Amino acid sequence: MEKNIKLWSSLGMRATFGLIALDLVKKNPNLIITTSDVSTSAGLDRFKNQFPENYIDVGIAEQNLIGVSAGLSSEGYDVISTTFSPFQTLRCCEQIKVNLGYMKNKICMVGLASGLVLGNLGFTHCSIEDIGTLRSIPNISIVVPSDPFELYKLLNKAISYEDSIYIRLTSGANSKIINSKDYDFKIGKAVEILKGEDVVIIGNGNILHNCLEAAKQLKEKEINCTVINCHTIKPIDKDMVKDAAENNRLIITVEEHNIIGGLGSAVAEVLSEEKNSCKLIRLGANDFYSSGGSYDYLKNIYGLSIEKIIKTVLSNF
Amino acid sequence: MNLKKTKLFAENIRKNILFTAHKAGSKSAHIGGALSVADIFAVLYSDILRINKKKIQDENRDRLILSKGHACLALYSALAQKKIISKKDLETFESDDSNLLGHPIMNKSIGIEFSTGSLGMGLSLGIGVAIAAKKKKKKFKVFVILGDGECNEGSVWESVLCAGHFKLDNLFIIVDRNNFQQTGENKSIMDLKNLKSKFKSFGCETFEINGHNLKEIYKTLNLKTKNKPRAIVANTIKGKGVQMFEKDNNWHHSIITNTTYKNILKNL
Ligand SMILES: Cc1ncc(C[n+]2csc(CCOP(=O)(O)OP(=O)(O)O)c2C)c(N)n1
Ligand SMILES: [Mg+2]
Repeated sequence: MEKNIKLWSSLGMRATFGLIALDLVKKNPNLIITTSDVSTSAGLDRFKNQFPENYIDVGIAEQNLIGVSAGLSSEGYDVISTTFSPFQTLRCCEQIKVNLGYMKNKICMVGLASGLVLGNLGFTHCSIEDIGTLRSIPNISIVVPSDPFELYKLLNKAISYEDSIYIRLTSGANSKIINSKDYDFKIGKAVEILKGEDVVIIGNGNILHNCLEAAKQLKEKEINCTVINCHTIKPIDKDMVKDAAENNRLIITVEEHNIIGGLGSAVAEVLSEEKNSCKLIRLGANDFYSSGGSYDYLKNIYGLSIEKIIKTVLSNF
Repeated sequence: MNLKKTKLFAENIRKNILFTAHKAGSKSAHIGGALSVADIFAVLYSDILRINKKKIQDENRDRLILSKGHACLALYSALAQKKIISKKDLETFESDDSNLLGHPIMNKSIGIEFSTGSLGMGLSLGIGVAIAAKKKKKKFKVFVILGDGECNEGSVWESVLCAGHFKLDNLFIIVDRNNFQQTGENKSIMDLKNLKSKFKSFGCETFEINGHNLKEIYKTLNLKTKNKPRAIVANTIKGKGVQMFEKDNNWHHSIITNTTYKNILKNL
């Protein structure tokens, strides 16, 4: 497994998705993957060639993609649909609402290259609105795996899960390893990946790497951070949030998403119903479209760089 | 039209595309679909579009909308050729805080009308602009460039229907028919069958041309029609102009290394 963890992280989430899909279809001939002219970008070229009967490309037509997938699902197939995150979510939002949310046809959607990783392609290709949009649709769960290994664990559970799931992939090739050892993964249950006692940093996706690095450097200043991998945004792990609020005086959420509608909002909603609440700072895209540029450039602009996370902790502690 | 001049314009667009893609290095660039549409851009920018560098936002200017936004290198290169942007600007392609990202970002001050890149949106915008021109009794024309793969999108056909319905004879729909999309041939991903007859049945005056024949492009863009939008299916070759790229869809989105760059310049 540890060899896989290294290999997968160098491949990144998308290529790993393709490899896992091959593994899944061998165990489950009932699986169909649907895409919109992105086989290569999703690491699915081998899948497409080896399992043509389990692969359907509907062309560059994402609204159609969701409808076709829901129809297949209604006939008993296990369906994973995939394309780039903006096209997998916002482009076909109403199809998701009616076909998956309202009628509860169950599929698993994989949004490729979400967040800020495609920053030099501009904001048509960045995705900082996907979670907020889908979170408001009933019967859709949302999971943001922190690294390719977690994606592996997630995909193995996603198909038999009770709801449709949106799986949001962040970072590019050479993604960071967040989980270097096997651990217990359950949809809806956050994981404490670093134990501290002063501040709680809650994040998800590959940006957790920056959270861990920030925590490491803060330790040298005698501030001990807890870092929590809140991979599932919906349903949110309320117990984790309540626990964090009771035992700390500062929570910081870190996300590659608009701070409206995403992880920070989900945590804030739980806190607002608690008596023993604590201060919350939401780091992420502060509700504006920045100029374009590299992944690091955008992370810095949106306060998600290691330095900026440290600065935020120091100035609010 | 001065054929020699337009030819040179096209050649320079191709050189700029390759120059910029090479500069982008590992950030990579959409190359095949920029080269296939280069001759169409050459005719438009050298002979057709009424745009004035000094009054780039003139309300009477012709509007060009690159709906297949990933081919932005063709647009940027044409703008550079018109000296609306500089060669130095091209060097900032896809870098931090650049005006010239991997898809066009709306910037009317340098002649970029709309932000495109999410396929299937440009024609609707063009229709809105064309209707506005009629309402305001303006003479300008609207040119929208679509990819053939892009024509998989339902939204394209919603807008084509609309263009015919509103009899937009100030609207030119140009399809870069290079027979490939992102992961293969149109035929194998989603067969478009007869595009021209589709546009015709949706109410357009249709033309099918060789999208690399400058004279033919020019002539078609000058034909008069009444009460109908024009749809021009321009048959092209993806990667046109660089032999090793032609019809090889690996160059849809790729990296031009130093070695490749030297080689292709020799054989351009
Ligand atoms: C809505 C949307 N879906 C998917 C994509 C990803 N994508 C970018 S280019 C492309 C292929 C486009 O093919 P075509 O229009 O034929 O362009 P060309 O061959 O001229 O490059 C795809 C699927 C996108 N940019 N937008
Ligand atoms: Mg094409």
